[in-house]
Amino acid sequence: MADLSIDLAGIKSPNPFWLASAPPTNTGYQVQRAFEAGWGGAVWKTLGDPIINTSSRFAAVHFNGQRVAGFNNIELITDRPLEVNLKEIYETKKRFPDRAVVASLMVEPKREKWHEIVKRVEDVGVDGLELNFGCPHGMAERGMGAASGQQPDLVESQTYWVKEVARTPVIVKLTPNITDITVVARHAAKGGADAVSMINTINSLAGVDIHTWNTIPHVGGKGAHGGYCGPAVKPIALSMVAECARDSRVGIPISGIGGISTWQDAVEFMLMGATGVQVCTAVMHHGFRIVEDMIDGLNNYLDEKGLASVTELTGKSVERYSNWGDLNLNYKVVARINTDKCINCNKCHIACEDTSHQCIDMLTGADGKAILKVREEDCVGCNLCSIVCPAEGAIDMVEVDSGEVPMTWNERQQEIARLNGSHSEAEVV
Amino acid sequence: MESSRTFNSWSSERLVDNFVEFEPGLTAKGAMEESNRCLYCYDAPCIKACPTGINIPSFIKRIAANNMKGAARSIMESNPVGASCSRVCPTEELCEGACVLNQASAPIQIGLLQRYATDWARNHDVQLFAPGASNGKKVAVIGGGPAGLSAARELARGGFSVVVFEAREMAGGLDTYGIVSFRLPQSVSLWEVEQVEKLGVEIRTGVKVGTGISVDQLKEEYDAIVLAAGMGYVPRIGIEGEELEGVYDAIRLVEATKTGNLPLELAGKRVAVIGAGNTAIDAATCSVRLGAANVKMVYRRTREEMTAYDFEFEFAKQEGVEFSWLTMPKRIISDADGKVAALECIRMTLAGETGKDGRRVPVEVEGSEFEMPVEAVVVAIGQERHTELIDLLGIEHERGVVKIDEATRRTSDPQIYAAGDIIFGSGQGEAMVVSAAEQGKQAAYAISRYFAGQEDSVIETAV
Repeated sequence: MADLSIDLAGIKSPNPFWLASAPPTNTGYQVQRAFEAGWGGAVWKTLGDPIINTSSRFAAVHFNGQRVAGFNNIELITDRPLEVNLKEIYETKKRFPDRAVVASLMVEPKREKWHEIVKRVEDVGVDGLELNFGCPHGMAERGMGAASGQQPDLVESQTYWVKEVARTPVIVKLTPNITDITVVARHAAKGGADAVSMINTINSLAGVDIHTWNTIPHVGGKGAHGGYCGPAVKPIALSMVAECARDSRVGIPISGIGGISTWQDAVEFMLMGATGVQVCTAVMHHGFRIVEDMIDGLNNYLDEKGLASVTELTGKSVERYSNWGDLNLNYKVVARINTDKCINCNKCHIACEDTSHQCIDMLTGADGKAILKVREEDCVGCNLCSIVCPAEGAIDMVEVDSGEVPMTWNERQQEIARLNGSHSEAEVV
Repeated sequence: MESSRTFNSWSSERLVDNFVEFEPGLTAKGAMEESNRCLYCYDAPCIKACPTGINIPSFIKRIAANNMKGAARSIMESNPVGASCSRVCPTEELCEGACVLNQASAPIQIGLLQRYATDWARNHDVQLFAPGASNGKKVAVIGGGPAGLSAARELARGGFSVVVFEAREMAGGLDTYGIVSFRLPQSVSLWEVEQVEKLGVEIRTGVKVGTGISVDQLKEEYDAIVLAAGMGYVPRIGIEGEELEGVYDAIRLVEATKTGNLPLELAGKRVAVIGAGNTAIDAATCSVRLGAANVKMVYRRTREEMTAYDFEFEFAKQEGVEFSWLTMPKRIISDADGKVAALECIRMTLAGETGKDGRRVPVEVEGSEFEMPVEAVVVAIGQERHTELIDLLGIEHERGVVKIDEATRRTSDPQIYAAGDIIFGSGQGEAMVVSAAEQGKQAAYAISRYFAGQEDSVIETAV
């Protein structure tokens, strides 16, 4: 049994699985149920001036018969009075002292507003604060949430105001609805943030009902953009975590959020620099009990890897995430089809033939059976065939010796410049 | 099998439930899950394994995308009796047997998906096809079974004026009369007939060629004739006692369960079914469902040689049918009233030598005669050929199997084309509805090609 406990900028929890600030952490009843199930921490649904919600709030994207590939919501921050939330936070923390209880906060971008709420929340014994600069809908129209998060200077100053009074660690939650997330992350760090969390939801319209022509979801025939999350957003979140993790100017711990549904997802986020993770859509789909497998699976994985602590994972893949210009252009892989495992669905052939490099032939073997074969000299190693292949182990991408010394684009440009003694094309960074 | 099926009193109404479709169709969710499981193979082996070449991945994709009309159309496009075939095709030996997922997990339930899509069409009153612009040519189709309907539909779509001459009261042939209702409800077949009629095809039922209309008249009035009369009833087995009360023709027995009230004569009786093909299985399961106390199939060879499909055999076993292998009936013994009392049989053994069909020859075991006490005997040893009709048409045949030219689909009379069971020879395994449907299509296309070629030559001459 490995040690699953983490310490995110001073916030400790018995495992890296926290519930994200969202509908599942709306009440003390819910958070306590989650803690009973085994969750290591919870970020309370964002506190602020209570709002009014719409009826009909969520929508999901289903893919090829699978439910909830992506999830969309237009729910706002808490609609319950601050006092009620604070009382329940106090009770929850008292009952589960070993779990991390973090309060998510959102107020108008005014110094005194921030000071007031931070003091009140810290008085009930939270372990940390998370500033919600990410909510993309509703609150943003009122100058809060993503509207703040899209302005690096506002992120910095508001973080600074919070830090003026905060006694507990401060996490700044970032919006993905920007061009370069590292800019905002750097400003949060400059404002004194102890950690950043990402990503909040992505602007989205879940769908249009092709029969009624209404938006999905709609509120009495009208819709507005929501925030997108769930498995579909994981790659976007992962890249943003990785970009911040490898940017030394950010330099603070990361709490990873975005489509995490399994322990494998958590491991990926941690390898890419997250200290811990936050989960929402998966519990909205299946309930709090999914944490059981997350803990168990992570434990087994760490044991198998011979790692004593989950913290050993954090950042281990960050140095492998680089710029395109630093990739070795002379590295070569080719597809190889294992005929014994191939089921002859010919999906690799048609994918390659129609959309890639036309190098998989449909042939007849010596025994008269149909076989698929890659013309390796024409294969560019794009991976497409192995991606579409439904048969386990039927296509391997195999490294082959290109006969060339390793050279990246940037090295190549430098070399050309040296030989020409002149300027070269700009480096690709 | 003195089972709970033995009741004291029998009524047709009580048996009706036994004849409703046995296998449940897919639910909407089931269809969605199964259709999404299809890999959508390129150059898919299931298409090649379908005698009518249904574009299976394409229709399944349409189900997944909720394009039900498109799914039904792509099935019926290739197979005008696609709704019936979804129920009676030996899919394990055809499309599903070829599915690449056999090796990886489990094959896609193509038959059930096909049924789901065609059921949708049946329940939604959609017109899937339209007749072609008239080309002024008339074709007569003899026989309104799968091959005849298939030919008629494709001819109508090609612009021909088509009349189907059907000897029975209703068209649909084997699908309407010859397959047990708990596998294929008659309504399915009649819907397919209706689809063909909607294209302007006239179906004259109750008209027998030779009596209702003469061959000369047909040849005079129609530019081409498609002979698709199928096969007949069970031939005589040639043993003593065949004429006794209590001896049934398997095909007539099945037919009786599909027309009017269910027959009650088998209720409570011990039944011997002679034969081991799919019709024999149908007759056996049918007997069970008609209330027979015990049903035994009597076959002179073994399980290995029986021509019934595996799934049919399994189904019969589940129904409680017993099998008496290596048993040959010698004569049917009557009681004092002239009714069946027993089937005298002899044990057989398989010789080392093989016959013309490659199967080992069964030989009698001397002195092994025994009596099997039964009150009914159902004979299912094949089907008679329509030799009389074929001779009337004056076309060449070999023991009742009409000879055609593969390329032109013509018989020895160039005006007459043929398709379906009437051209199906022995030693070719089991005749399949799906093959008959394909042959019907091919006959129609051959006729289209012929007249198109004629037009071309006319145009050429004119130039």
